[in-house]
Amino acid sequence: MKRCAAMFAREPGVFGAFVMLGDPDLATSAAILEQLVAGGADMLELGIPFSDPVADGPVIQAAAERALRAGTTPDDCFALLAAFRARHADTPVGILTYANLVLGGGRDHFYRRAAAAGVDNVLVADVPLFEAAPYAAAARAHGVDPVLIAAANTPPERLREIAALGGSYTYCVARAGVTGTGETVRFEHAGMLAALRAAGAPPPVFGFGISQPDHVRAALAAGAAGAISGSAIVARVAAGQPVADFVAAMKAATIP
Amino acid sequence: MLKDGRFGAYGGAYVPEILMPALEALEAAFLDAQTDEAFQAELAELLAKYAGRPTPLTRCRNFGAGKARIYLKREDLLHGGAHKTNQVLGQAMLAKRMGKTRLIAETGAGQHGVATALAGAIFGLETRIYMGAHDVERQHLNVFRMRLMGAEVIPVTSGGQGLKDAVNEALRDWTASFADTHYLLGTVAGPHPFPLMVREYQRVIGKEARAQILEEEGRLPDAAIACVGGGSNAIGLFADFIEDADVRLIGVEAAGKGLDGNEHGATLLRGRPGVLHGAETYVLQDGDGQISESWSVSAGLDYPAVGPEHAFLKDSGRAEYVGVTDREALDAFALLARSEGIICAFESAHALAHALKLADEVDLIVVNLSGRGDKDVAQAEALL
Repeated sequence: MKRCAAMFAREPGVFGAFVMLGDPDLATSAAILEQLVAGGADMLELGIPFSDPVADGPVIQAAAERALRAGTTPDDCFALLAAFRARHADTPVGILTYANLVLGGGRDHFYRRAAAAGVDNVLVADVPLFEAAPYAAAARAHGVDPVLIAAANTPPERLREIAALGGSYTYCVARAGVTGTGETVRFEHAGMLAALRAAGAPPPVFGFGISQPDHVRAALAAGAAGAISGSAIVARVAAGQPVADFVAAMKAATIP
Repeated sequence: MLKDGRFGAYGGAYVPEILMPALEALEAAFLDAQTDEAFQAELAELLAKYAGRPTPLTRCRNFGAGKARIYLKREDLLHGGAHKTNQVLGQAMLAKRMGKTRLIAETGAGQHGVATALAGAIFGLETRIYMGAHDVERQHLNVFRMRLMGAEVIPVTSGGQGLKDAVNEALRDWTASFADTHYLLGTVAGPHPFPLMVREYQRVIGKEARAQILEEEGRLPDAAIACVGGGSNAIGLFADFIEDADVRLIGVEAAGKGLDGNEHGATLLRGRPGVLHGAETYVLQDGDGQISESWSVSAGLDYPAVGPEHAFLKDSGRAEYVGVTDREALDAFALLARSEGIICAFESAHALAHALKLADEVDLIVVNLSGRGDKDVAQAEALL
């Protein structure tokens, strides 16, 4: 069974942890990945830092800047991912990045490297369904799942196409805006979740604004299969704080 | 989307999924308004009686030592001081039509910010302008003009603190605010439908210039020249000449401190295809795909991407793209002032500098004088 499918079969509620690869440097980043797993993260979503992350708020922008300032390249990220995979055979790992980095060395080349590094899926933040077909095809050609995004304002016919094209899980945007913490998250997504379910979409996982255990509980209560937290973890990385305890608290919130 | 938003292989809509409905609503409103006589009549009236169209086509009496007769399309005389006013009026009317109450925009030199501020004032829309902190410094006159007209100016301190970073911030704002806010993008870049829509609203430049040169000279020009940052004044000039195969269309990019180094804004000459700010187009970037910082003495040309239709016109060979350095542009700026009594924008001076180079080669040239230079005089005083 593929890693994500096995995880969803095993866990009633999934907690995914996001950090930026190479933030603040490669060695620290590798240690942080271990903390995420030790804390109980079911799956990892890992950013490859891009110079112009338009879907990200200040916290993750700053993480990308730190990583780039430390000299982190996509090659470094793939090496880090491969090393992680060698230590953790079963943890689902996804990449979160932007189209220009996928195209940078050639789309096919990007997905080939992702597959070689043991990556399960890739989400490209600025590639909506409208542009997704060639990215999804290149990903699948190398055995990598394309993760697509669904939002509360995505029309039903498009949700059906997202359901058909995507793999691993469906990234559901919990609220409008860029990534970050600090706003109230309200899960008024019943229509979207019902449409995804009816279309047989990969399991819905909420992201954006998930920064407290209560958000995780609310996401699961709303019908999601899991929740991903990014900025709240990255803010701890920025402050030089350990992240395992926070991850453990968030994971605990998935257990009824 | 009703259209694919492509110019050959370029263009498209590379935005977070959550923005797609906003782009679709904009596309629908734009296409609908294109055939709505009342909308077109109101826009035409604003362009004529508020903005001052048609703008003159002025024959240079002294500028240029070669054989060519050089005409200037005087967008510098348009209300607001640059061609930007042409398209903000159309977009602001669409914003009203869609029931939006707020405008956001990016600006580089401040010309588009000023234009958006005046459109916000006319239509009673709350207006916020994102401007790179570096540009706020070098274009403070325009910052004050925007604030006078009631716009809020937000200095952007990320990245190189220029136009690219201002676009990033405006896009981030829009992903949260699209329900009540129109992103009044300032050029023919960005996701579909902006490149198409802004071209159609800027087409008036070339439409008038074509009729005016036929009236003056009884023939079409040998070359139509415009500067290219994002590329809206150039597309506006080119659009109605594209079918005229004998008219050379020449876009002038900022060669900055020289095309051999890294301090320039020559995206089409030195970039390669990629995705930035919602479109597949030429981008200045490193081998991995990280976006490079551009440079130009003119903030409006200091941008590492370019409108996707220019990428298409370059690859298809219909338009030529050349570079003009900071120094050449400043010299042309000074020469135009001395020889014709016109102080133009640094951006437009790039197009003029290339006209000087071409003046021995061809007989008849139209240059788009896209903006006036008041905003640049303080900087010019320091540089000249």
